[in-house]
Amino acid sequence: MRRIGERLMSATTATRSTAMGKGAFSSRAYRKYRDRVVELVLLACALVAVFTTIAIVVILVVESSYFFEHVTIREFLTDTMWTPLFEDAHYGIMPLVSGTLTVTFVALLVAIPLGTIIAIYLSEFATHRVRETVKPVLELLGAVPTVVYGYFALLMVTPFLQQFMPNLPGFNMLSAGLVIGLMIVPYVASVSEDAMRAVPRYMREGSYAMGATRLQTALRVVVPGAFSGIAAAYILGISRAIGETMVVAIAAGMQPTLTFNPTEPAATITAYIVQVSLGDLPHDSIGYQSIFAAGLVLMLMTLVFNVIGFFLTRRFREAY
Amino acid sequence: MSAVMTIEELRAGLAWRKNLDKVFVVVGLLILMSCLGLLALLFLDLVRDGAARFGWDFLTQFPSRKAERAGILSAWVGTSMIMLVTALVALPIGVAAAIYLEEYAPKNWITGVIEINVTNLAGVPSIVYGLLALGLFVYQFGLGQSVLAAGLTLALLILPIIIVGTREALRAVPKAIREAAYGLGATRWEVTKDHVLPYSTGGILTGLILGLSRAIGETAPIITIGALSFIAFLPGSPVTGEFPFVNFEWLKSEFTAMPIQIFNWVSRPDQAFQQNAAAAAAILLGMTLAMNAVAIWIRYRFRKKINW
Repeated sequence: MRRIGERLMSATTATRSTAMGKGAFSSRAYRKYRDRVVELVLLACALVAVFTTIAIVVILVVESSYFFEHVTIREFLTDTMWTPLFEDAHYGIMPLVSGTLTVTFVALLVAIPLGTIIAIYLSEFATHRVRETVKPVLELLGAVPTVVYGYFALLMVTPFLQQFMPNLPGFNMLSAGLVIGLMIVPYVASVSEDAMRAVPRYMREGSYAMGATRLQTALRVVVPGAFSGIAAAYILGISRAIGETMVVAIAAGMQPTLTFNPTEPAATITAYIVQVSLGDLPHDSIGYQSIFAAGLVLMLMTLVFNVIGFFLTRRFREAY
Repeated sequence: MSAVMTIEELRAGLAWRKNLDKVFVVVGLLILMSCLGLLALLFLDLVRDGAARFGWDFLTQFPSRKAERAGILSAWVGTSMIMLVTALVALPIGVAAAIYLEEYAPKNWITGVIEINVTNLAGVPSIVYGLLALGLFVYQFGLGQSVLAAGLTLALLILPIIIVGTREALRAVPKAIREAAYGLGATRWEVTKDHVLPYSTGGILTGLILGLSRAIGETAPIITIGALSFIAFLPGSPVTGEFPFVNFEWLKSEFTAMPIQIFNWVSRPDQAFQQNAAAAAAILLGMTLAMNAVAIWIRYRFRKKINW
């Protein structure tokens, strides 16, 4: 309001000074022209987002096209070995995909139940004060650098699990998956909670009036009502887990193995990219080009989940 | 319910259901507390494992083949320089994009495409940004494995965070403020620059800090563009004693960063190096948590202070 006052003052002085000829205010035409230029500059900045997406797609497709000149798509999808860096090179992406899916599955086993229970608790049971205090603190879990979570998985979780599972190798997908699960709990919880809070109050009150308790209302009215939003939270969580890199690179070992057993070491798509980047392969070698092909697969996998999640969140926003 | 219930049965059923409610509250609180407890445990464990290494020397020495003589000087200097580039690039572009989407954008297909892109970019795995930077900045633009390439990469990565944060802040400014300014003859840019932006400073700042706290811990994209983990020199200083007092050589310098250094140390089987990793990780985690705390505090302060 103070600022509006200032503008009012300068506007009155301006009227006075235009009466005297040239004033403190620039001409109307100049101001309109300046506005137009500013708008174009702002639009250009907004288009950076579009260009980034285009650049990602172009770079991944162009760079991996060199790779696919040497390797057929058929071999890429059906070969069961991924050994681009060996003498006897095999280029089957499946071992990396199996590792990625296994880690993601373990992570979801942690994140979905914990995230959903926390979301129901915060949305339906916690007082306003508790919710406002706990939410930002919970989000800190998602802010911890992933390399620190990697340390956690390799040097704390694995030794802890080895007390119960003496045969567990030092590198394994289980502890990496558990830690990634913990990492995406706040994400799943916060998106699901938003969806639950979007369920209108009168639906809850109708349920209470019929004699339902809070828990019954939460499970039979709120959760079904917020279903598409909660599904979006899970799907976006999946996409996060698929793209997670450092935890698996540190704690899951780096040998591509076609296995779905979480107690074994394996590599994921992301871990493979890190492994090649750490080495000093020449830029034009096929081993180097293979990381772009792997990146393309990763991008496509997360894109599918992101698009489904995008439409699901849009649906729950428009539902009521 | 087919059978008619007596009042006692009803009461017993209700008592049972109310007990379930209480059980759920306890379970919910336990899960919440154990998640937060794990975070605290992690931090305490890092501090305990790294305790022996904390000290002035750790901050002022270069990495070394001997664990007890290794320090994080080149790592934290590299990280600071990258963050400087990231903030200088991401803040103006992100804020401008948010202003366009919130204050200017007409409802047409171009706006729709931009919106979808911002949402989608927030979900792209960080390592894909690394591949983009490797192909585009390192090879196409010929920037090499430099501080500039890393800063630009992380700027693209946090752009969606800044855009979303700024848009929320702009949206919170009431329409009446804008209309009053329009009523006095201000153009759209004058309304935005003189009235809407000053009120959203807090929100924009929060977005920037949250973005930087994400960028500071990102490891994968800068490994992909080829950060080295063993750097025993510092990039040239950005400020010099002679005219023109600034020097841009540091932008082209090779670098290492905190998360890279931690990754390198944690990957070694030698326990002495893992101690170094713990100490560096505790410092990095402390920095991230502090940045988040500042962001929460700013958000809280501004929410309390502004009374429309």
